[in-house]
Amino acid sequence: MKKRSRFILSILAFGYAFLYIPLASVIFYSFNDSRLATVWGGFSTRWYGELLRNDQVLESAFLSLRIAFTVATLATIFGTMAGMALSRFGRFRGRTLFSGMITSPMVMPEVITGLSLLLLFVSLQQLIGWPAQRGFGTITIAHTTFAMAYVAVIVQSRLSAMDESLEEAAMDLGGRPLRVVFDITLPLIAPAMIAGWLLAFTLSLDDLVIASFVSGPGASTLPMLIFSKVKLGVTPDINALATLIILFVSTGVLIAWWVSRRAQRQSG
Amino acid sequence: MTGDNKGNGPFIEIQDVSKYFGDFAAVDSVSLAIQKGELFSILGGSGCGKTTLLRMLAGFETPTKGRIFIDGVDVTEQPPYERPVNMMFQSYAIFPHMTVEKNVAYGLEKDRVARDEITRRVDDILKLVQLETFAKRKPDQLSGGQRQRVALARALVKRPKVLLLDEPLAALDKKLREHTQFELMSIQDKLGITFVVVTHDQEEAMILSSRIAVMDRGRFMQVGTPKEVYEYPTSRFVADFIGTINMFEGTIVDIDGERVRINCEETASDLSALSEDPPKRGSTVCVAVRPEKIFISQNEPENTEDIRLSGVVEDLGYFGNLSLYRIRLPGGKIVQVSAQNRRRSAERFLEWNDEVFISWRPRSSVILVD
Repeated sequence: MKKRSRFILSILAFGYAFLYIPLASVIFYSFNDSRLATVWGGFSTRWYGELLRNDQVLESAFLSLRIAFTVATLATIFGTMAGMALSRFGRFRGRTLFSGMITSPMVMPEVITGLSLLLLFVSLQQLIGWPAQRGFGTITIAHTTFAMAYVAVIVQSRLSAMDESLEEAAMDLGGRPLRVVFDITLPLIAPAMIAGWLLAFTLSLDDLVIASFVSGPGASTLPMLIFSKVKLGVTPDINALATLIILFVSTGVLIAWWVSRRAQRQSG
Repeated sequence: MTGDNKGNGPFIEIQDVSKYFGDFAAVDSVSLAIQKGELFSILGGSGCGKTTLLRMLAGFETPTKGRIFIDGVDVTEQPPYERPVNMMFQSYAIFPHMTVEKNVAYGLEKDRVARDEITRRVDDILKLVQLETFAKRKPDQLSGGQRQRVALARALVKRPKVLLLDEPLAALDKKLREHTQFELMSIQDKLGITFVVVTHDQEEAMILSSRIAVMDRGRFMQVGTPKEVYEYPTSRFVADFIGTINMFEGTIVDIDGERVRINCEETASDLSALSEDPPKRGSTVCVAVRPEKIFISQNEPENTEDIRLSGVVEDLGYFGNLSLYRIRLPGGKIVQVSAQNRRRSAERFLEWNDEVFISWRPRSSVILVD
């Protein structure tokens, strides 16, 4: 028994090491004084300072955050609507098709999604002159299409776990359908919507492939910038940037965990 | 208290209502009239269509065919939020994100009732269901019985013309159920609201209701008072569904006024029974008699009017207040008999394989054709 538990513990330790040593080394080397990213030259925070003075990095970080925020909000609105349609409207005509089309962006290779969206934007521009240039708008649209699929799935699963007679009871007590959505449905699926928002935010912040396809000159998101910088060799300021992103993402995950735990406690 | 009953017609009228799901008729040409202030039960097994019928009364389903009137108004096409009807759901459907008070106030808020009146009416109704000290609690801090009372209060606070109850007691344990049954009846009595209860529990329906409709495969098999349905079932289904009953298959061989003689292969002698409107001679019928209507004794009964049969005790069960016997007739037919245990020791208790006589009065049995 004792032996087996030690075995299990060592597997656990190995697994965590596999996951977190690369991240830890990035954080560790971000405090490296040396110009060479992989040689230790003493503790320093100079790369953080340099990062903050680098307009290019700040600009693309701000662009990424703006996109991620807009995408998460739009995806939550549309995804929630789609999830409700799937789980509450019964069997309408074309439901299976609709359900398949909602979830297909999740399994579609990003290269295909990116390419098809690029072709769409280009031909739209030729036809109606919009979008005049590719950047914030096109990336936001592209990200929303696949991020809302995730939100729809999360919301739908939450809704199907929820007792439908709650909404019926509200209607029975005199609530009109739209009122019932705001009084009963939305408060009860709020945790799922928050989780969906955070997921959409992360997905958008994270995406390199689709953004590369649909963005134009002068608009590069943070992942695009990092990727192009790394092509020229890893510089220590990239480590500092990565550390900040890790910090940012883990805070987000912690908040999501806290929100969902609280919601679980509330629903008993 | 619940508005004027226009005219003297029935308060709830269901006219030839059917509901199809695809080709399946969940409710099949049902007509029913319920009077004001009744506590009416719809009783049936699962899938008999009773819940669908209730949901059509509430407005969650639209009948495929037929009309529904409540207090003289055609509500067939009315959405649930416009009907003068409230429902208590089987799951209680208490809003988990609102306090007890908020749950109960919800319906009044939707009706834009004035703030202070809402407070007063919520207080009153919570007092009625004895939950006044729980007003600020969240639903997850309540027991099953308390949730049931919140659901009841929430449905009653709007003073509906009709209260629909879907299996109101199914989620409670036995003791609490008995208590709540009487509580429901006294609340109904106090408020005078017409109750329509859907249940699969025949005991619950018998105790609660002024009238019962027994439902099977989307149709009403019989509608009547609990006593009528129990004592004078009109079909084998109803006789068998409500309580326990012994059935003897046979052919009518003689009719003399009300008295009908039935030849039964399962019994040594012919059975006689009374019927005001007996079927034709030669028709195949079934004589049904309840276990408690049968007397059991070790001495041959003297009354020659009675049906008398002999048999042996195949099995017996002692329930304290009464004993159940399974008597095997010479032909192999098993007859169930129940007897009150009035005395403690005067009589010798019957034992397995004792030879006994069973007897019942002709008017204790009913003749069933269907």
